[in-house]
Amino acid sequence: MSETTIKQPKKVRGRIYIKKELCKGCGFCIEFCPLHILAFSEEFNKKGYHPPKIIDEDRCSGCDLCGMYCPDFAIFGIKVK
Amino acid sequence: MSTSYYVKDEEIESGVCELEIPQNPVDRYLRMDRMPHIWCTGCGIGTTVNCFARALTESQIDMKNVCVVSGIGCTGRVSGYLNLDSFHTTHGRAIPFATGLKLANPELTVVVYSGDGDLIAIGGNHFIHAARRNMDLKIICVNNFIYGMTGGQVAPTTPLNAIATTSPYGNYEEAFNLPYLAESCGAVYVARWTAYHVIQLTRAMKEIMTKKGFCFIEILAPCPTLYDRRNKIADGLEHMKLFKEKSKIVKGVSAKDAVINDQQFILGTFVNRERKTYLESMNEKFSDVFGSRYTPYGVKL
Amino acid sequence: MKADPIGVLTGTHFIDGDHSCCEGALSAGCRFVAGYPITPSTEVVERIASRFPLVGGIFIQLEDEIASSIAIAGAVWAGKKAMTVTSGPGFSLMMEHIGFCAMTETPCVFVDVQRGGPSTGLPTLPGQADIMQARWGSHGDYEIIALAPNSCQESFDLTIQAFNLAEKYRVPVLFMLDECVGHMTEKVVIPPAEQIDIYPRRYTKKLPKDYLMYAPGPDLVPEMAKAGDGYNVFVTGLTHDERGYPATTPPAQDVLVKRLVNKIRRNADDIVMYEEDQTDNADVIVVSYGITSRVALKAIEWARRDGMKVGTFRLQVIWPFPEKRITALAQKIQAFVVPEMNLGQIVFEVERCSQGKAKSVLVPHAGGTVHNPEDIYQAIKGSL
Repeated sequence: MSETTIKQPKKVRGRIYIKKELCKGCGFCIEFCPLHILAFSEEFNKKGYHPPKIIDEDRCSGCDLCGMYCPDFAIFGIKVK
Repeated sequence: MSTSYYVKDEEIESGVCELEIPQNPVDRYLRMDRMPHIWCTGCGIGTTVNCFARALTESQIDMKNVCVVSGIGCTGRVSGYLNLDSFHTTHGRAIPFATGLKLANPELTVVVYSGDGDLIAIGGNHFIHAARRNMDLKIICVNNFIYGMTGGQVAPTTPLNAIATTSPYGNYEEAFNLPYLAESCGAVYVARWTAYHVIQLTRAMKEIMTKKGFCFIEILAPCPTLYDRRNKIADGLEHMKLFKEKSKIVKGVSAKDAVINDQQFILGTFVNRERKTYLESMNEKFSDVFGSRYTPYGVKL
Repeated sequence: MKADPIGVLTGTHFIDGDHSCCEGALSAGCRFVAGYPITPSTEVVERIASRFPLVGGIFIQLEDEIASSIAIAGAVWAGKKAMTVTSGPGFSLMMEHIGFCAMTETPCVFVDVQRGGPSTGLPTLPGQADIMQARWGSHGDYEIIALAPNSCQESFDLTIQAFNLAEKYRVPVLFMLDECVGHMTEKVVIPPAEQIDIYPRRYTKKLPKDYLMYAPGPDLVPEMAKAGDGYNVFVTGLTHDERGYPATTPPAQDVLVKRLVNKIRRNADDIVMYEEDQTDNADVIVVSYGITSRVALKAIEWARRDGMKVGTFRLQVIWPFPEKRITALAQKIQAFVVPEMNLGQIVFEVERCSQGKAKSVLVPHAGGTVHNPEDIYQAIKGSL
């Protein structure tokens, strides 16, 4: 039903997961990521929205604020050891 | 359901890659077979559900005993998406239904999750009496200042001069101050946050899960399609940014002074007090009158 | 299963219809009542308020009838048997939730101690004008069950029957008292608990993963689950599918609403209840219910003394209406005489079911007091 892409930064403190097909392109995660490492991607999902993409993988802290803001449950972050 | 993985070779070598995708912390609480939900782009309701899910996890309550009751409206649809014992009742009547649930089985933790119009307009009478009785219910009220589901009619929380379909020239009614209303009716916990304040909101939701009595959290949220669009707010994100800019968290402010106007949204926890719950008062009275002949109701021996 | 003895006030009592109804509910296992005071029903909840604390029941007087009528639904889904009590104006307020209970298949009992209407009407005086409202009062297509006692003993017995039918068919059952029966005092015998049969709630034995909320059994009734048992029930008034999920489409509507209606119609033979007397050779049959059925007895006595062949047909279950029996009787007789304390409600059902084979003669009464038997007698005489 939904496609999942793993975003896996190299030296990770955090990692995010995005379910592209659930995204409705609201922009909350992009705006409220405290490290500003998300942006709209160029691709479209099936409904015509631009899902987010991570633009600076190394800096993700795994704070999961993107996950808390997402009204569509399409993105979340986890801390990795 | 197909999942596609993209794993970089470097990660496999460095041992970082996991072959299993972890679950979104909110998913265990959702009826995933009903996703995607019906809420619009930039609607704040889903954000509050994230906070609720995380609050439930952190509170470590037994999920079997958590019930969610909602009324009619966009926020009312929350019960349909939550994978708990959930009840989508009639317009305005979530609180009396929840009362019946709770009194019939006091071991349940009963959460009423509904919108401003549902809880305060048509449901207003039930709200004030349940607060007066200190019925042990957790009320989560998403206030988007409008009747969203039905197309954007004026609500008791619509700000002065705002445009709505039933106030097309601008609203000329004053709006309720919901924390003040809740406090004056006897609520033991009263707070207001916004969909932007996810950390404080999660904490507040966690607090009420274990606090006995009538708890009330008002959450200001964007309604991009019906409120924002008609009131010069570009979209849900713009409204969230307004929440971020204009919110004031004032320590020690009273509910009476918790105003919402063009300049500010006053947020915070306004009331956190103790009162006997309805069942405690009832048990006390009957124990008094009947002595040992009376078995206290809902009390585990 | 048998009644729980703690609620059964075994013995011979001299109590009124309202009080008998309360005792019937207690014997039936009702342990949650939400209500609002309204004459002439108030005595039911007053007795409940004093009886419940020591039998483990919970009573709450809520802020209005709207709250009461939905609180009982909440109580049912948490596992209790529940009832609310009202009269005309409150009955009107409860209509939305009667529909909600029908749609969500929530078993519960609504008691309407009918009084003169419409509107505020005659608060302390009888009427029987809520009968059609009981059948059609809420919006949409649905079926309910309605009973009408005509004595204090029946107020006790039929209340138990009301709860049993509610559980068996997962439907709101309306208990249509009238102010006369509610406020008159008679001998009521309450048997020992082991002589009272209770129909238990039809809880599923399936595991949560195998259970579908609204998958019907062979009698069109689904098995039930309650909150707190890990079934993650979802109850909605929206048109829904077998999982209980909203399915607001014409096909889903067709399936669901037809089942809700057929659930009662196809099982009508099991549900209908009436008392017949001397109908085999009758030329005229008097169809009545509630207090009017007792008043009619005097008129029938006079008519039989005159040599007329008069049968009686007393409805105990009013809805579903005993169509088959009335149609069968209509083939053999010349007329039905229908005295009712309204300006014509059940008479239309009688007429419909007669299919033109027998006359239907209404003996109306606007309410406020019982019929004068003379009027019923004249109608019987004039019907041939």
